[in-house]
Amino acid sequence: MIINHPLLGPRDAAEFVYLGDASLMNRPEWKGEDASEEQTEKTLDAYHDYLYIRENKAGEHKELWYHEQGDRSWLVVTRHTISHEITKVELARDVAVANGNKS
Amino acid sequence: MSQVNRLNSASKSTSINREKMFSFKFNGQTFQGYEGDTLASALLANGQILVGRSFKYHRPRGIFTAGSEEPNALIHLRTGAHQEPNARATVAELFNGLVATSQNHRGPLKYDLMAINDLMSPFLSAGFYYKTFMWPKVLWEKLYEPVIRHAAGLGELSKLDDPDIYDKGFLHCDILIIGAGPSGLSAALAAGQAGSRVILADEDFQMGGRLNSETYEVAGMAGSEWVSNTIDALAAMDNVRLMKRTTVIGAFDHGIYSAVERKTDHLLQSDGKPRQVLWKIYSKHAILSAGSTERPIAFPNNDRPGVMLAAAVRSYANRWEVTPGQAVSIFTNNDDGWRTATDLAAKGVKIAAVVDSRSIAPLAEFPGAHIEMGTEVVNTSGRHGLQTITLSNGKIIDTDCLAVSGGWNPNVHLSCHHRGIPQWNKELLAFVPGGELPPEMYVSGAANGDLSLASAIKSGHDIANKLSKALGHKGRVKACAKAENESTANSDFWFVKTDTKNRSWVDLQNDVTTKDIVLAQQEGFNSVEHVKRYTTLGMATDQGKTSNLPAMAVMADNAGKTIPEIGTTIFRPPYTPVSMSTFAGRSRGKDFRPTRLTPSHQYAEKQGAVFVEVGAWMRSQWLPKTGETHWRESVDREVTQTRNSVGMCDVSTLGKIDIQGKDAGEFLNRIYCNTFATLKVGMVRYGLMLREDGIAMDDGTTARLTETQFVMTTTTANAVSVFRHMEFCRQCLWPDLDVHLISATEQYAQYSVAGPNARKLLEKVVDKEFDISNEGFPFMACGEISVCGGTPARLFRISFSGELAYEIAVPTRYGVSMMEALMEAGSEFDSVVYGTEALGVMRIEKGHAAGNELNGQTTAHNLGMGRMVSKKKDSIGNMLSERPNMVKDDANRLVGFFPVDKSNNLNAGMHFMTTGKEANTANDEGWMTSVAFSPSLGHSIGIGYIKNGHERTGETVTAFNGLQDNTMEVEIVSAHFIDPKGERLRV
Repeated sequence: MIINHPLLGPRDAAEFVYLGDASLMNRPEWKGEDASEEQTEKTLDAYHDYLYIRENKAGEHKELWYHEQGDRSWLVVTRHTISHEITKVELARDVAVANGNKS
Repeated sequence: MSQVNRLNSASKSTSINREKMFSFKFNGQTFQGYEGDTLASALLANGQILVGRSFKYHRPRGIFTAGSEEPNALIHLRTGAHQEPNARATVAELFNGLVATSQNHRGPLKYDLMAINDLMSPFLSAGFYYKTFMWPKVLWEKLYEPVIRHAAGLGELSKLDDPDIYDKGFLHCDILIIGAGPSGLSAALAAGQAGSRVILADEDFQMGGRLNSETYEVAGMAGSEWVSNTIDALAAMDNVRLMKRTTVIGAFDHGIYSAVERKTDHLLQSDGKPRQVLWKIYSKHAILSAGSTERPIAFPNNDRPGVMLAAAVRSYANRWEVTPGQAVSIFTNNDDGWRTATDLAAKGVKIAAVVDSRSIAPLAEFPGAHIEMGTEVVNTSGRHGLQTITLSNGKIIDTDCLAVSGGWNPNVHLSCHHRGIPQWNKELLAFVPGGELPPEMYVSGAANGDLSLASAIKSGHDIANKLSKALGHKGRVKACAKAENESTANSDFWFVKTDTKNRSWVDLQNDVTTKDIVLAQQEGFNSVEHVKRYTTLGMATDQGKTSNLPAMAVMADNAGKTIPEIGTTIFRPPYTPVSMSTFAGRSRGKDFRPTRLTPSHQYAEKQGAVFVEVGAWMRSQWLPKTGETHWRESVDREVTQTRNSVGMCDVSTLGKIDIQGKDAGEFLNRIYCNTFATLKVGMVRYGLMLREDGIAMDDGTTARLTETQFVMTTTTANAVSVFRHMEFCRQCLWPDLDVHLISATEQYAQYSVAGPNARKLLEKVVDKEFDISNEGFPFMACGEISVCGGTPARLFRISFSGELAYEIAVPTRYGVSMMEALMEAGSEFDSVVYGTEALGVMRIEKGHAAGNELNGQTTAHNLGMGRMVSKKKDSIGNMLSERPNMVKDDANRLVGFFPVDKSNNLNAGMHFMTTGKEANTANDEGWMTSVAFSPSLGHSIGIGYIKNGHERTGETVTAFNGLQDNTMEVEIVSAHFIDPKGERLRV
């Protein structure tokens, strides 16, 4: 496969490490200090879903690839899981910022 | 007499060089052939008709085809370590000194002892393995499996290391053209003239495809002459790369193709050059012009040596000027088969008969030949070679070669590699490429069903022209070469129906007959994929290139359906078999992956260190002194010297990550489960990192060099994955944090200096302006210093051994001299360099966790570090580490173990049971993770996890060693065997 890196152009997939579904970027918020039991339960559920529940789509899939043998960018790659056609490649950092991800 | 079957009257072929005679051996007998021969054409020239034995019944078999589709003529090529099994004689290029032997027989080829299987054939029908070897179960290991393994397989491996070199390479092009027959050549010519970057690959050692085997004319000249002119023109173009002996084996994603080039297979010696190269070809477009393969007709006893495909017989006569027989017959259902008779007769070969299943007027007459229309071949005779054929009209004809033509199948294989399903073409009576082709793949010529010459040349030309224009290449493309369209008339006739007991072979290589297919259907295997797996049809090294379609015809007939209703099988890479060595390339033995050497490697080598592989690293395991005969002697000495005085160990393999930025402290707070933002400048802290699921991921120390700079260490094994994880957190989770990371593992040589004399030693090395006294540089201090008169260094007062200890880091290039300087300074203290074994012993004595304890199953709670997980901040793994099962009271806890009988040695991996209870999984209470002989205590010690261990100190439990099936009484103790209060660290 070839991944069209937004900064470096087309690169062979062998340069990358695959992580998985890009939903891993949507890390739930921490319950906070002195959270109630109810809040703790809710947060645990959210983390459970975040870590273990995947859609496993036959179709367009947003996923995380890491350019380990390159510039160490994490990328969000939109790939069709049947044809492997890649329609979009974005810097994960840009996606995270647009998504409002914050510490 | 040599080369009895070489046609001496004809000497027109440019494919063989009669001036260059080669000598070769087959089964010990010496033969002669010419340059340009294949092993098959040379064997046929010498009248060697019998070349092998069939897979299951060990029936005598001869050469069947003239190409890579060959099911029968599989041989051992070369000898000794160079021996290659299952080489196809039909594609093995002849060279002087070639040695080949036949395979799959016991005793001489002519009198194979395993031929008894043929008499047992009623018991060896479809699925016989499944039916026969069912029970009794006990016989599987002792009888069935050895027997099957012995009988299975065709060729034999040399069982020696392959001494040849194999390589890998990468190529780029605008248009990859697969197959250099008439269509591929005209495509390459058009694309090349337009100015596209072209790669033209062909599996043969001579380009031209069928044009070398036919008597057609192209552009007013002999086909082979046009081929040679075209190749000359292409070779003169800088933008065209010609790759003969190169098989494109697979179509992968995004225009990537894989190809195997046989570089020196056709030479006696490789002379240090790679034998084969596996190419990864990046193409913008690909044109599949792989041609077509003739298919046989199934009829009784159709597997005798001398029964061949008609076009192959024609190839041997035209290209190699060899006749496979002295009285040749043809059995055909189409016009193309007649060309074999015409071409051979023109070369003076006697035609015994032409048998055509169609009731039409004869297409030609041959002197002395029987012309039998509307007739079928219903039997054959001749044990080791064909002698007669029997016709449906009762005639028996003497003949030593029967050329069979059942029509042509387009070579659709690569078009299926993205699961495109071939479509049935009613006119051609064949499957043509269909469904979804790999993106940017186009199919031209016979591979696309353009079976006649003029249309094949034109389709290649037109596609290449169109693609080049689309790419913006505007070079002038000359008109496409002119040729005639020969007749491709064929008929819907697949196999001879017979009620005799004689078997009709469909798959020659795996011995599948028409009866096997019918039987499989009777037993309920209706899908073609099921029949294939049940009968092993098409599953041999030829992947059914000649057998799939006849088999489907038998299925269709038996089920009363049409062939497209039966379905089709599709193809996966590789197109033809590829040796494992080719896939391995250079990645063999020590070159399987790069070797990483530590900065003190040269020093350790000089000391005679024994090295151990730690991932890709080579680390000193121990450093034996003269006279030491056992590794324990060396390790015990290294530990004792360190604990008594001072020892040095190269710890550069640990991951070092430089973390900088205004928010570096906050970032670490989130990466580690414990607090880091509060760490003072000039201090180091132990950190435990969790995975998001709450399991311990890695641990190490992190030093704060300045307000905005930290240096983290990771375990050796996780250096890469921790860095990757941190980059993920930085880029994907918290892009707002001002923090940057870089790996500094390779930039620093880092040595631990441990033992009561560590400071005294370092004071001799560290430049005087730096105060490293206990007050000025206390436990867990760190700082930038200089050593040996101005060499920049970093000093960390941290300890893995439990002794007063430091780690000193200098730029990697000073690695060897730093170690030498340390040892020189240490000579008055009897200092020692210790390896990973002593390192391990000391950390077990101290109860420090390492890889065995952080095995991906353990939590902070298990490690006894549950309270380290700060609940005042968010961090990776914080939430899910709270899950009830991960913090339950009676969880496994890390503790120490003594053998009750101190003379016993503990084993890592032992499982613990309450004393008196049976050793089984229900009673399992935990396991021993690490053990060592403690020279400090004088007996074996271990650490491990046991249920509720922290509350069971002093209890005796049974440790069970399942590998040796023995048990041992052990006592639960504190994991801190040495200096439990940590006093030595702080002096």
